Amino acid sequence: MGNSGLITSLVDGVLIGVIYGLAAMGMTLIWGVMSVINLAHGSVIALGMFGIYLLFTSLGLNPYLALILVAILGLLLGVIIYSIAIHRVVNASHLSTLLATFSVNMIVIGLGTAIFSTSPRNVNYSLGNLTLGPVTLLNARLVAALAAVLVTSALYLFLYRTRLGKYVRAVANNRAAAELMGIPSAQILALSFGLGTMLAAIAGGLIATFFPFTILSGGVYELKSFVIVVLGGLGNPLGALAGGLILGMLESIIPIFLPNTWVPVLEFLLFVLILLVRPSGLFGVKK
Amino acid sequence: MKNWLNPGLWFTLLLIALLGIWPILGQNAAAREVIFTVLLSVVFASSLNILLGYTGYVSFGHIVFYGLGGYIGMFLIERYNVSLWIATLAGGAAAALLAFLLGKAILRLRGAYFALATIGINEAMRAFVNNFAPFGGPTGIELKFQVYKAYGGAAQALWLTYYTIFALAILVVLVSFFIKQSKFGLSLMAIREDEDTAEVMGVVTPNAKTWAYVLSAILPGMVGVLFFFKNGNVEPGDAFRLHFSIENLVMVMLGGQGTVLGPVLGAVGYQRLRGFLLTNPVFKNIQLSVAGALLLLIVLFIPAGAVGWLRNRLPRLRKVLP
Repeated sequence: MGNSGLITSLVDGVLIGVIYGLAAMGMTLIWGVMSVINLAHGSVIALGMFGIYLLFTSLGLNPYLALILVAILGLLLGVIIYSIAIHRVVNASHLSTLLATFSVNMIVIGLGTAIFSTSPRNVNYSLGNLTLGPVTLLNARLVAALAAVLVTSALYLFLYRTRLGKYVRAVANNRAAAELMGIPSAQILALSFGLGTMLAAIAGGLIATFFPFTILSGGVYELKSFVIVVLGGLGNPLGALAGGLILGMLESIIPIFLPNTWVPVLEFLLFVLILLVRPSGLFGVKK
Repeated sequence: MKNWLNPGLWFTLLLIALLGIWPILGQNAAAREVIFTVLLSVVFASSLNILLGYTGYVSFGHIVFYGLGGYIGMFLIERYNVSLWIATLAGGAAAALLAFLLGKAILRLRGAYFALATIGINEAMRAFVNNFAPFGGPTGIELKFQVYKAYGGAAQALWLTYYTIFALAILVVLVSFFIKQSKFGLSLMAIREDEDTAEVMGVVTPNAKTWAYVLSAILPGMVGVLFFFKNGNVEPGDAFRLHFSIENLVMVMLGGQGTVLGPVLGAVGYQRLRGFLLTNPVFKNIQLSVAGALLLLIVLFIPAGAVGWLRNRLPRLRKVLP
């Protein structure tokens, strides 16, 4: 592989890394606000993929317009999941919340498998290529990465520039104190969970525009989200974005030195190592 | 000696004995396969309960011990032609060693961090075995048919693995019961309730946790060997299936975490339910969803599980249901 090959795969890695980061941000947001590890994350990512697929193939909607609809549905789905499955156990032990979200995962995957089967699908919508000097890129990935950056900025503005966002941060910081200040914490928790699943659904939808997928594909990205979330520090949205970039670049660089199948080995070793050495993440404050 | 007279212990043992003897009496191969799966879950869930129920540490990737044990055992049988017994013991020993080494490191993590680390270790192991040539990489290890000749043919070998897992199921109940009654068990439960307080009260928590981890890893390592020996081959995807790990967590929850009878009841109940859903024409396609909905109901409304619920409702049962 020549120099241009290296640059191409590096840029590809950055582009895909942003989208990984977006999915992980949803997970880390939920963790940061309510200390719940969302094991239904992968199934929501898969639903995002199928949302785009169905809107595109049966309604002929432009996938990028469909994304807006998928985002709204993702938000609603999250609020519903929270109200039914999480709210009762949000203060219980980690085992309860892990199993509650896992049961949601089972329900979604079970229904999804029954409806869509597990055969691979893809969204047949091409934007062509872009050649910049020695680098050739898929436009779909470029647009997806741009969309991910846009969503991230919107999230940031929401969290830091709006009153509702302030509520979310207050509840994350200290729920009891936030309640004393008159913040309706139950609604804010539901909203935060919805935002987290919305990000997952959007990430899934973006991935669907350039990779084939099945209803089970979400699991892979869920595991990647774990790795990224730990890299960036649990509960730190911007860390998740950086973690996503690191993971994307690792995935594009490692195959140059080692067979592709070694990528997950190194990823998960790194994951365990960071948990052990710096559980607050690469960018977190050391305790 | 008083412990031996506990009616709950005998009830649990009787339950397993009745289950286990049923296929033997009729020499019924179909029933044997069903009960084998149930007993496997009994062993796995009860072992997991030592860490999850007694010590309060959620091991999501406990399947890593089952997979590693299975691989070590299959490797020894296929390459060095060792007997099933030595392979089974080696599988248990490998799992124990891994738990000991890992325990020193990851048991420092608490709560969700520990759960995440166990998932990471399982995934790293799966990916590694996928690349590890001596273990056959992605295709895994397959036993030649001649291997079973030493046990009097394949049919006989299947019965043999069945008797062994039956014995291990009895053993796991005795081990969980006597750990729970021991001072060691008390220190584990003290850690579960409040780790820092336990430490102040003189429990050497790192050691107690590590031994709990090791004890909960040995038997899953051994049943891994039995299962894959019976199966004839082992692949990374089957050996380190995270989903199976979580199913066993569900069984522990279903029956009641931290009790001796709970995981046994949970394993029997869950496998019966799964069997029913898989064969029922209405639920066949959505069995995963139905199981998920039931799990959700249990987590939301009966978090203590069946045995825990009974113990809370009828305080008199606490003495007799360990």
